Amino acid sequence: MSESATRITPGNALRPEDIADRVHDGTAKPSDEVAEYALWLGDDALILAQRLGHWISRAPELEEDVALGNIALDQLGHARSFLSYAGGAWGKSEDDLAYFRDEPQFRSAHLVEQPNGDFAVTIARQFVLSHYQFELYRRLLDSADPMLAAIAAKAVKEVDYHRDHSSQWMLRLALGTDESRRRVEAAVKLIWPYLAELFEDHPLVDALPGIAVRPSELRPAFDAVTGAVLAEAQLEIPSVPSASGGGRNGRHSEHLGYLLAEMQVLARQHPGASW
Amino acid sequence: MSGWPLWEVFVRSSRGLSHVHAGSLHAPDAAMALRNARDLYTRRNEGVSIWVVPADAIAASDPDAKGSFFESPQGKDYRHATYYTQSEGVKHL
Repeated sequence: MSESATRITPGNALRPEDIADRVHDGTAKPSDEVAEYALWLGDDALILAQRLGHWISRAPELEEDVALGNIALDQLGHARSFLSYAGGAWGKSEDDLAYFRDEPQFRSAHLVEQPNGDFAVTIARQFVLSHYQFELYRRLLDSADPMLAAIAAKAVKEVDYHRDHSSQWMLRLALGTDESRRRVEAAVKLIWPYLAELFEDHPLVDALPGIAVRPSELRPAFDAVTGAVLAEAQLEIPSVPSASGGGRNGRHSEHLGYLLAEMQVLARQHPGASW
Repeated sequence: MSGWPLWEVFVRSSRGLSHVHAGSLHAPDAAMALRNARDLYTRRNEGVSIWVVPADAIAASDPDAKGSFFESPQGKDYRHATYYTQSEGVKHL
């Protein structure tokens, strides 16, 4: 093969299609509990991807359009992998799960369904979620479930970049102009109430020892890494009460319904269509 | 119009090859320029290394000075190795 500056290779990473094939031929079949856990992770990624996609053509600069679009597509890829795997427990495809579940059947945390707000709000939401996902996927590499570990192995590298992107922007917004600092301070206050839910333990995790990652175990590492960035940014961790949570049990804020309506309308109007 | 400065991006596709100009982009500083370059120019597995250079740090030849700058070598075949014939008795050159 010739080597040139425009050489293009797709690589050999695990693709959602490979997971769907293995689910289909029965070589990978999750238990109901594992599938439910895969929904937690997949729904977080799916809802975040849908939110981030809204930035296309609306970011402060063209370059940032592409950056947020890339991150959204990475998250969509993780969602497709987790949902393809989860669907194996119930004979459902990734599309069945993404487009034909209603609000109470989604297991995403409240943080990801929060509106984009201004650029600072989106960055603050990215900052929290990408650092949380990084700590989670890093530990999921050691999961006794080989498929969850394999999905995490691909996702952790991409999320590592997402946390760098959001950290860089937290610093620039906080240490930039008076206006950018005012906005990022307001954004942190708005986003921080949704942090606690991510680290709440749940009976499902008790039922999956060695397979699922215990959310509360992520908190010290999350606090240390994000705390260092916030200190450099001279941002205070706000003392705000936590939001109610409940996303893992299908209780959502008022925002998810509208998001799902937009995300699902086409697939529901033309069931079975392919594109 | 972007308020951010322009950067020129050079991408190296693999070890042993040199960085090749890939294009340009806007970014507020060098660190973000590298990240934007990663997102814009290495999305299809094109690179293992990126350089970014502030566009105004590049001194370029004058495109209107083509004649005096670049046409002089024309006709000077003796600057090419192929101009010279192999001397008799030289086995390896």
